[in-house]
Amino acid sequence: MSAPLLSVRGLKVHFPVATGKLFGKTPVVRAVDGVDFDLQAGETLGIVGESGCGKSTTGNAILGLAPVTEGEIMFDGRNVAALTGRDRQALWRDLQVVFQDPVSALDPKRTIAQSIAEPLAIHGVGRARRKERVDELMELVGLRPGQRDRYPNELSGGQRQRVVIARALALDPRLVICDEAVSALDVSIQSQVLNLLLRLQRDLGLSYLFISHDLSVVRHISDRIAVMYLGTIVEEAPTDELFARPLHPYTEALLSAVPIPDPLAERAKTARPLQGDVPNPMDLPAGCPFVTRCPLRETGCETIRPAAVEIEPGHRLACHVREREITGTSALDPQR
Amino acid sequence: MAEPQTLEIRDLSIGVGAHSVVDGVDFSIGRGEIVALVGESGSGKSLTALAIMGLLSGSVHQTGGTATFEGKALNLGDEAAMQKLRGTSLSMIFQEPVASLNPLLSVGAQVAESLVVHGRASATDAWDRAVETLRDVGIPAPEQRARQLPSSLSGGMCQRVMIASALIAAPRLLIADEPTTALDVTIQAQILHLMRRLRDETDTSVLIITHDMGVVASVADRVCVMYGGRIVEQAEVHALFAAPRHPYTKLLLSTIPRMDGPRKTELFSISGVVPDVSAWPEGCRFRTRCPLASNICATRPPLIPVSDAARDHVAACWHSDQVEGLA
Repeated sequence: MSAPLLSVRGLKVHFPVATGKLFGKTPVVRAVDGVDFDLQAGETLGIVGESGCGKSTTGNAILGLAPVTEGEIMFDGRNVAALTGRDRQALWRDLQVVFQDPVSALDPKRTIAQSIAEPLAIHGVGRARRKERVDELMELVGLRPGQRDRYPNELSGGQRQRVVIARALALDPRLVICDEAVSALDVSIQSQVLNLLLRLQRDLGLSYLFISHDLSVVRHISDRIAVMYLGTIVEEAPTDELFARPLHPYTEALLSAVPIPDPLAERAKTARPLQGDVPNPMDLPAGCPFVTRCPLRETGCETIRPAAVEIEPGHRLACHVREREITGTSALDPQR
Repeated sequence: MAEPQTLEIRDLSIGVGAHSVVDGVDFSIGRGEIVALVGESGSGKSLTALAIMGLLSGSVHQTGGTATFEGKALNLGDEAAMQKLRGTSLSMIFQEPVASLNPLLSVGAQVAESLVVHGRASATDAWDRAVETLRDVGIPAPEQRARQLPSSLSGGMCQRVMIASALIAAPRLLIADEPTTALDVTIQAQILHLMRRLRDETDTSVLIITHDMGVVASVADRVCVMYGGRIVEQAEVHALFAAPRHPYTKLLLSTIPRMDGPRKTELFSISGVVPDVSAWPEGCRFRTRCPLASNICATRPPLIPVSDAARDHVAACWHSDQVEGLA
């Protein structure tokens, strides 16, 4: 396999927490606590998890919007942290982002055309070419030429998100990080924007890092999915494999918790919902982060952090108990 | 005749300024029944719920319609009468549990509040009942939790507190406006489970307002689909999902990515957007986006039974017999 477009190794993002106290140790929130993954060119990697799992912080760290405490982010063979000046600016051509809220992402005083042209202007594209490119981009994302001089408040949520997508594509990026990019949209509009993202990927060969809490959306768009819980990836697998054979108890709970729009299937569910809440991220268990809610936990899970192991090609899992069921041994066993 | 419906709404209309945003809504909720009001933003579902609670304010006002509660006429505009009802027979929970709670008051005091305000228990009795109710909704160590402020609790716990404060008065009707939308999916599953249990154990009637067809499939007995301020279809939940008879319902169900469907394929989508309140078309309000639209759709279609055999399945569409072939 060719070298990945994006490669993340041992990524940690820890935030100090203001306590108002002068002395004593400053507590830290370990928002991302050792994350590894690769993303191939033209591929979509979905990152799913619940609030506070670190999925957005992971995306922000790649974008340089969150401080990297430890670890390495390689984009197309370049170490992102080491880039400065022109090289860093060049990275922004290749790497773009679409956030959840298209209202706050757009300047209310700029027209649609001005917003889309902004990155082109910053990167020194001339006026005539800019106009041409804005027309191309508006057509590409399905906006009408008549909307060039409209302001964001004159557009619907779905149309605003098309503007944000057009702006992200202005410089021909190779990777677009979509952070809850369709979550604020009504379902009938959400499917239009998902179709757009899929078509753009086919036509332009884009790669997506698709971060979302919505499993049915992530399943639809992703080639592979990483499931995060409290700052770590607990399981990662090709999409069909993950849905057919979830191995981590958290993945299982997450999949069965999603309400299916089919009353027969929904009422036939027998699994009891996962109990309890996500623990305070300032006070994580030393071992497996899921231990406080895990139905499978055994002695040792609370003290020994499970490492991700490749159960089969492309399917990685961080769970002592399931690892032992499959391979016959795990770090919980004294003989190891 | 059998016992009266818990709530019956007839021809409810709501205006914002000069615009009509909810137009002639009819539905009822039986005892121990869970009815879902489902629709996208701007469909009028939340305003309908607020009107039933008597909580419309400012430029939003009821322009028509009648309500009966357990057989007695209810004047939704009579603030004194509504105040008496809220917190005794009628309770509501909202989407944002954290914003809905008082940050400076212990959660126990907030749960106990409605009993104290309505003079139904002494302060100490109310506190004990609050602790019991917190236990019922699945708050661990309720004696300790009751003394804490909302800021010490997670979002899922705060929603349980909201539900506890809605339930402590043993209401006959619980109105839940997007009760799980702000919650994570594993917590949502717990709350939906709790709502089903509540209905089963106490026979409380529930009106749930949601945009999520998964939530509808999970808890509702009957469903009202709203579009453009009107109910366009109403049916028993299995009938609605198995054989929707309004094109909007059918298309809405087809746009949702399925957990078992093909991936990376083009999703079905409804063309266009919900028109602005000021630009709703005459007649059927969905006709500008509807693949079945024809000339007759400029006349408002009545909400009528889809067949003689299924009198309780109603749809407002001139072409409801062609809906099956869509999508």
